[in-house]
Amino acid sequence: MNIHEYQAKQIFAKYGVPTPRGIIANTPEEAVANAQELGGKIWVVKAQIHAGGRGLGGGVKLARSMDEVKQLASEILGMTLVTHQTGPEGKLVQKVYIEEGADIVDELYLGVVLDRAKEMPVIMASTEGGMDIETVAHNTPEKIIKIAVDPSIGFQGFHGRELVFGLGITDPQEQNKLIKFAKALYTLYMENDAEMIEINPLIKTGSGDFMALDGKMGFDDSALGRHPEIAAMRDISEEDADEREASQYGLSYISLDGEIGCMVNGAGLAMGTMDTINYMGGTPANFLDVGGSANAQTVAKGFEIILKNPKVKAIFVNIFGGIVRCDRIANGILEATKLVDVHVPVIVRLDGTNAPEAAEILRNANIPNVIAATDLADGAAKAVAAAKGE
Amino acid sequence: MSILVNKDTKVIVQGFTGKEGSFHAEQCLAYGTKIVGGVTPNKGGQEHLGLPVFNTVKDAVATTGATVSMIFVPPAFVADAVMEAAAAGITLAVVITEGAPVRDMQAAKAFAVKHGMMTIGPNCPGVITAEECKIGIMPGAIFKKGHVGLISKSGTLTYEGANQVCKEGFGITTAVGIGGDPIIGLSYKQLLKMFQEDDDTHAIVMIGEIGGDLEIQAAHYIKEHITKPVVAFIAGQTAPAGKRMGHAGAIISGSAGTAKEKMDALEAAGVRVVVSPAEIGKAVKEVLSK
Repeated sequence: MNIHEYQAKQIFAKYGVPTPRGIIANTPEEAVANAQELGGKIWVVKAQIHAGGRGLGGGVKLARSMDEVKQLASEILGMTLVTHQTGPEGKLVQKVYIEEGADIVDELYLGVVLDRAKEMPVIMASTEGGMDIETVAHNTPEKIIKIAVDPSIGFQGFHGRELVFGLGITDPQEQNKLIKFAKALYTLYMENDAEMIEINPLIKTGSGDFMALDGKMGFDDSALGRHPEIAAMRDISEEDADEREASQYGLSYISLDGEIGCMVNGAGLAMGTMDTINYMGGTPANFLDVGGSANAQTVAKGFEIILKNPKVKAIFVNIFGGIVRCDRIANGILEATKLVDVHVPVIVRLDGTNAPEAAEILRNANIPNVIAATDLADGAAKAVAAAKGE
Repeated sequence: MSILVNKDTKVIVQGFTGKEGSFHAEQCLAYGTKIVGGVTPNKGGQEHLGLPVFNTVKDAVATTGATVSMIFVPPAFVADAVMEAAAAGITLAVVITEGAPVRDMQAAKAFAVKHGMMTIGPNCPGVITAEECKIGIMPGAIFKKGHVGLISKSGTLTYEGANQVCKEGFGITTAVGIGGDPIIGLSYKQLLKMFQEDDDTHAIVMIGEIGGDLEIQAAHYIKEHITKPVVAFIAGQTAPAGKRMGHAGAIISGSAGTAKEKMDALEAAGVRVVVSPAEIGKAVKEVLSK
């Protein structure tokens, strides 16, 4: 689960990670009131969406008067912001964060992520703050410092020294401030079961202080149960409505651009089915894992969600029955076709336990747009042909 | 021969008396697995499925001599269960449970490694040595005995792959579902080594997916150390970047962890890489009839 910048900064503040002062606003009037409360002469109006690249997309602007705060807040609130991370459809801005202007002398990058190969959190830092870190990693990998921290010992002094010397920070006071900053970030990463933290840029101010000018955080979904205060930060308007609906029924759904709807048990086989359709010259319309207990209700819900997409010209149901027997799944599919009006050809491949019985059930039912397939290759070929109207 | 487990392996079940634990323990027993008891705190001394229940893994190991544990406890208790097994001298823990927090598994795995315990999973179908010992939730009937070793992150692709291998007239020595979480126990590298050293295994099927770089590490290892033919499929060639594809670890982060980079690395290591999982069986036939 991801959260907004303003929420990440609330967590930072709790752990003593310095940030500029700011207040969230839902309307231009609130934006002005917030700016007045913050005081000063310069404010930043920042669109709150779960995507990077907001500045380039026109979602982060400087205001030098209350009129400008109001003007910019009304422009940004309600705009559909398109960045390299939102996709072409963009995201609707519903909140703006009003923040005091900062005196920026230098921009750094600091993040914490899990290094899956080392099986430890790794602190990533760079002098190239404000740039896309992927680009930095690609073009100038030597400018990224990686410091793995073994959780059994935690953040030690040497981790801090590696960080500051790696970044070329020579002033002892600045060194101490940045080490304290990084240690707090590591602590909050661990204590909150974060999956990633990214501060880009982390700024150095004219007075030699370090501050998180931006903040991005993602959390391990499996651990949200023990962090109710973080779970409460979930913003469902940031999530795809169909994906959310599917998850409420225990289905894992992701929409894609193609024409063949897929309903599969197991995430690996679901991806493999998409790949096979692609390999045979078709295009998958979605990823859909119905999970281990595919029954009439979950299958019907799956059909319903797939068919919301008007581009779908055929559906490929690909189930490898393990513990769940295929004959039961076949009956579930038949029942589902009664619950939902399925107006496109449905290619059904059931393999595994009791597959012959399942084939018999489908044959006897003799539903005109249900086509039985013998294996994965046969099913994918039939689905591709059906989508082409053959 | 086989790897990891066989007909003589003594197994206990942690989370023995729960719904999932009971159901699958029964299925494993029916397959022929030598389950010798189970652990459920506060039910020690009782009998379940005709087998003794213990309060602690320590008691279970002391009484039964079990060396392997199959773990079905709820996600929040997985790390505790794994560490208990390691501390009690279990040599292999097979963790079926899905949804264990990553931070927990990080600590549990580090502890297990320190105690010399191997772990399979979490969030996996388990391990099966065909017609001898099934420790997990896979449908046993599709795994016919033979000479192909199988390693897979995905449960249903394990079944798909094994089924195709068997339909082509071959069979399986041992199949291991390693799970698709960000931190897992045994990985391709260690299992490839075991299959290389197992005389009964003549070819290896390796099924991977997007996310992380275990498959790339495996490719480097294969190039240096594996002389047996390897067939590989990587799921998620058509998966979009930045989306979690069902498994917690199946995500392309930026430009890293794509199917293409993994397929290229494996091909460069001399592996027969198939573009569709529907080709696994045929490819195994090809490499074995060379």
